[in-house]
Amino acid sequence: MKNALVNLVNITKSFGDQMILDDLNLYIRENEFLTLLGPSGCGKTTTLRILGGFETPDKGQVIFDGKDITNLPPNKRNLNTVFQKYALFTHMTIAENIAFGLKIKNKSKTYIDDKIKYALKLVNLDGYENRMPDSLSGGQQQRIAIARAIVNEPKLLLLDEPLGALDLKLRQDMQYELIRLKNELGITFIYVTHDQEEALTMSDTIVVMNQGYIQQIGTPENIYNEPENAFVADFIGDSNIIGATMIQDRLVEILGARFACVDEGFGTNKPVDVVIRPEDVELVAPEEGTIQGTVTHLIFKGVHYEMEVEANGYEWLVQSTRMCPVGTHVGIKVDPFNIQIMNKPESEDEEAVGVNE
Amino acid sequence: MNKKMLSAPFLFWSALFIIIPLCMVFYYGLTDKNGAFTLENVMAIATPEHSKALWEALKLSVISTIICLLLAYPLAMILCNLNVNQNSFIIMIFVLPMWMNFLLRTLAWQTLLEKTGVINSVLGFFHLPTLNIINTPSAIVLGMVYNFLPFMVLPLYNVLVKIDRNVINAARDLGANELQTFMKIIFPLSLPGMFSGITMVFVPALTTFVISKMLGGSKILLIGNIIEQEFTQTGNWNLGSGLSIVLMLFIIFNMVISTVTDKDGEVNAL
Repeated sequence: MKNALVNLVNITKSFGDQMILDDLNLYIRENEFLTLLGPSGCGKTTTLRILGGFETPDKGQVIFDGKDITNLPPNKRNLNTVFQKYALFTHMTIAENIAFGLKIKNKSKTYIDDKIKYALKLVNLDGYENRMPDSLSGGQQQRIAIARAIVNEPKLLLLDEPLGALDLKLRQDMQYELIRLKNELGITFIYVTHDQEEALTMSDTIVVMNQGYIQQIGTPENIYNEPENAFVADFIGDSNIIGATMIQDRLVEILGARFACVDEGFGTNKPVDVVIRPEDVELVAPEEGTIQGTVTHLIFKGVHYEMEVEANGYEWLVQSTRMCPVGTHVGIKVDPFNIQIMNKPESEDEEAVGVNE
Repeated sequence: MNKKMLSAPFLFWSALFIIIPLCMVFYYGLTDKNGAFTLENVMAIATPEHSKALWEALKLSVISTIICLLLAYPLAMILCNLNVNQNSFIIMIFVLPMWMNFLLRTLAWQTLLEKTGVINSVLGFFHLPTLNIINTPSAIVLGMVYNFLPFMVLPLYNVLVKIDRNVINAARDLGANELQTFMKIIFPLSLPGMFSGITMVFVPALTTFVISKMLGGSKILLIGNIIEQEFTQTGNWNLGSGLSIVLMLFIIFNMVISTVTDKDGEVNAL
């Protein structure tokens, strides 16, 4: 909790009888790039809107920089938001858009002019001062929206799926741009997205949310390699999620075959879920494999081949640079380190249970 | 070729009922009784009687337009913030009177406002001072505002409802309080709707002769009444046409000015 810039305490919010956030607790460290990741309706945007001051939580507190700002209107908060569809002021020039917040704060004209120049340079759009927002492309408009927010020197920048409306190539460029901006400015970023790749690329910390609950908080590597439950494993990247039995420490029975693994402390003969990433499944000669199967599908994906292997009643998703034609009899081998064991949810409810850090 | 054919009925209609009548107005307006060219009918606007009527019409229609604007703007803003069910109900309440005959509605006001009319009977019953505004400019303004208010509300509502909530949120986010957000964001973005609302109220108010006739008695003559009289009573089509041309040019002049003022050219010209 030390040097936490933002602290959300017991936030509860519902619209009508629909519960959006249920007792959410989260803190954000200074200088962190934190991403709220989840499917639509998981409460990530509502969390951001509560931070921005556009929604008031039914219960709970928002602590920002040591002060309770739960009931403060948006204009009194020392943070800025970059909205999903840019939300530029179409009746103003680019310069007027960027100057908006500074003029409200009665900054001097030379200060404002300097800031406009600086901000446009920062987002690589020098010389666009007198253009109108409508004459810019989507990516340029988004960069202006970012420039408009950061000239106010907020301690915290909230970004609500800012790249959602852009095409793939531009989105990838903007991801690098955002990382660069964050490092240059030393501002804390809270980023909302449903795109797991975006989250993995940019974040220091990812918060995976579902149905108003936090599923897992961790670094991108942590979330990807050690998902805590089937939802996280399924949502982040492709995966084979298989019901299995933990025979004893370091030994798991998957689809009737025993695999060595590295996890301990799950008990003996305990039902568990196992996650194996498709790139971690090794296809070997049948006699070398832990189990044997037949290749049923083969797709070329550019960097690798994607195959489906039918083995012991399960369709294994396999990604490999080595191609095995459909119909090949193969053996499946998995490195013990690459088998991730997760507790099985005991009920539907528990699937959405919060994780306490 | 086929697409051009589709416009034929419209072109025929325009020629028959817009272009030809307009030419006739110009012909009558620019000739005297013997058919010789003259500017006399147009210049007749300068006579005290006519210019007073134009001034009077201008005064009342400007007042009505301003009142409509002051009533419609807050209403349109409230409508935008209601949920869909509520606002469609309220919009219907505003549009509903438009489905009734215009003359009938104005006639109803005449009955209501009369010295021995409904309003005064009620006031008299409670021993309150009676209202004597029938046959005064106030009654005409009341009639104009009543009849033309929906034409101000609807275009304003249309632009206001299209303003992205996030644009307003962005202004708040950048430090603007509610008043600043209104002055710097909502109001400028609503200008196109305001201009078309003003046009749609000001033009019919300026040219009306029915409202002034029914609620103003015969005491108050607006330019519309003068023109009507030239056609229906005096029978001087030339003078009536001449004055019509003046009024038309006057309105066009005003439109041009408002279009120039409005950079984006988004005024829905009538």
